[in-house]
Amino acid sequence: MKPEMYAIRFEDVSKAFGDVQALDAITFDAPAGAVTVLLGPNGAGKTTTVRLTTGAVVPNHGGIQVLGLNPLHDGDEIRSRVGVVPPKPAFYDQLTGWENLQFAATIFESDEASARSAAERFGIDHALGQEVGGYSTGMRTRLALARAVIHDPEVLMLDEPTAGLDPESAKAVLDLIREMAGRGRTIMMCTHLLHEAEGIADQVVLMDEGVVRAHGSPASLARQYMPDPIVILDAEDRDALEAVAQLDGVMATRWDGALHVTIDTEDRVPDIVVELVKRGVRLTRVDPISPTLEDLYFEMQRAHRETHA
Amino acid sequence: MRWRMVRAVVFADLYRLLKTRDYWIPLIILGGVFFIVLPAILLGSMSLVREGGLATQIGDIVGTLPDAIQQNIQGEAPGTRASYAFAVYLLAPIAIVVPLTISSAVGANSIVGERERGTGEFLAHSPLTLNEIYFGKLLASLLPGYAAGIVGFGLYSIVVNVIVGSQIGGWFFPTLGWMVLVLWVVPPFITIALALILRLSARVRSAASAHQASSLVTLPVILLSYGVASGLLFSPVLSAAISGLVAWVFAAMLLAGGAKSIKRERLLGVAAEA
Repeated sequence: MKPEMYAIRFEDVSKAFGDVQALDAITFDAPAGAVTVLLGPNGAGKTTTVRLTTGAVVPNHGGIQVLGLNPLHDGDEIRSRVGVVPPKPAFYDQLTGWENLQFAATIFESDEASARSAAERFGIDHALGQEVGGYSTGMRTRLALARAVIHDPEVLMLDEPTAGLDPESAKAVLDLIREMAGRGRTIMMCTHLLHEAEGIADQVVLMDEGVVRAHGSPASLARQYMPDPIVILDAEDRDALEAVAQLDGVMATRWDGALHVTIDTEDRVPDIVVELVKRGVRLTRVDPISPTLEDLYFEMQRAHRETHA
Repeated sequence: MRWRMVRAVVFADLYRLLKTRDYWIPLIILGGVFFIVLPAILLGSMSLVREGGLATQIGDIVGTLPDAIQQNIQGEAPGTRASYAFAVYLLAPIAIVVPLTISSAVGANSIVGERERGTGEFLAHSPLTLNEIYFGKLLASLLPGYAAGIVGFGLYSIVVNVIVGSQIGGWFFPTLGWMVLVLWVVPPFITIALALILRLSARVRSAASAHQASSLVTLPVILLSYGVASGLLFSPVLSAAISGLVAWVFAAMLLAGGAKSIKRERLLGVAAEA
């Protein structure tokens, strides 16, 4: 990838806190203007990756580039062009929402109009006069989102942004991500919720135990880990579906609520349907599927376990 | 360093402090007791004793002071002279003890408090430089103590002038020595203490530890400043100016390296030693 095509680049980056190896030689690129999702269980190293990106944490080894700058030497510049929504947004609880935003606006050299606009955008403007100590989790997250975009950052990093949120607030977060990505901003989001990453991720970085297990676009990962298409079949008489295994192009079958049929190419689907109908099978479901991130995630985990078994 | 940013940190901290009654009410009581209540009781009691054996004993106390000071003590009656001596010479250390205590209380919590609340994460990811954070925190800790010192000094002046001034024919306080003490000597001593306390606050794990550790810093500085404050009022203004200058130089040396104690990893609470 050419330098101008990525906003964030990690090359062989390691970070330890005392005896704990938080990250171990991770390498990945976050393309500019795209949504990169750091996906992994708790303790995978996602938060440390965000903190390294802004230069708030210093790596023990490896190189990081953000917007063409090195966080070690140009941290202040990077931090002025990046917005961060931490996993547990904290504020000065004795101050009102507006006072907290004013403080952020001053620090990020933005103005009050931008602060007001950001608050309106996330539907927290009605509560700006209240002290933040009385805010609910959802209100705090909305305020944190407003605070993070107050300076219209080129890169927005969201660390578990929907944790503990009601569905409406969670949707607001995902809408923000889509909206900012649509305006050419680079987004890096950490989550362990697969469904959250689904549909918004242009790039997935699968992390576990401080290492990057895989990274790439969902399509390329699908090609890599789940190269063969799957069609889900069901019928009034399920026993009749046992014949599917003998049909041309069928590579494997398994029952998971319905019959999941792995085939060599999606072009086989009409042939399979015609053949089953000829045999008198009354099909109730024919569903060619693209692998979801969840499918990919578990497939990659399974592949990793098998490799290390 | 961008002073606009420092000002923003200072303003946010002070405004937050102002809105935290549990914090500043005890500090006001502390200042009130030292600057108003105790002097009023002490000086008032002494003023009431004008005749008899007790008056003579108080007069004897004045007699133990150096000749140079005795010559400067105003008033005729032993009780009045004793009140003057106490007001001008013996209560001087409160000018340092009270502001130092208040500033220490604020400073000890300033950085570790950010970490405990989680707001350190915002500062760590912000474009504020470490110098801006450090000096913002320093000023936000120094100003409440120093402001309390100035206000307390004003109130103490009124108490002294009302109680003692009426006996010696007019308002006489503040004296030049007190002015130099409050305006030139007290600020560097508070700064020295805060420079050390902020280093501790950046390193310790909790606010409780910070308060414990800050007392280790505050006590020697109070003792040192107590001695200096007492001595200065006995001595000419020149020595006060020199003492203040030495304290300022020392404070500047501590401040120069102070910002290095703040690291973004410490604000996040993930530094190896934090």
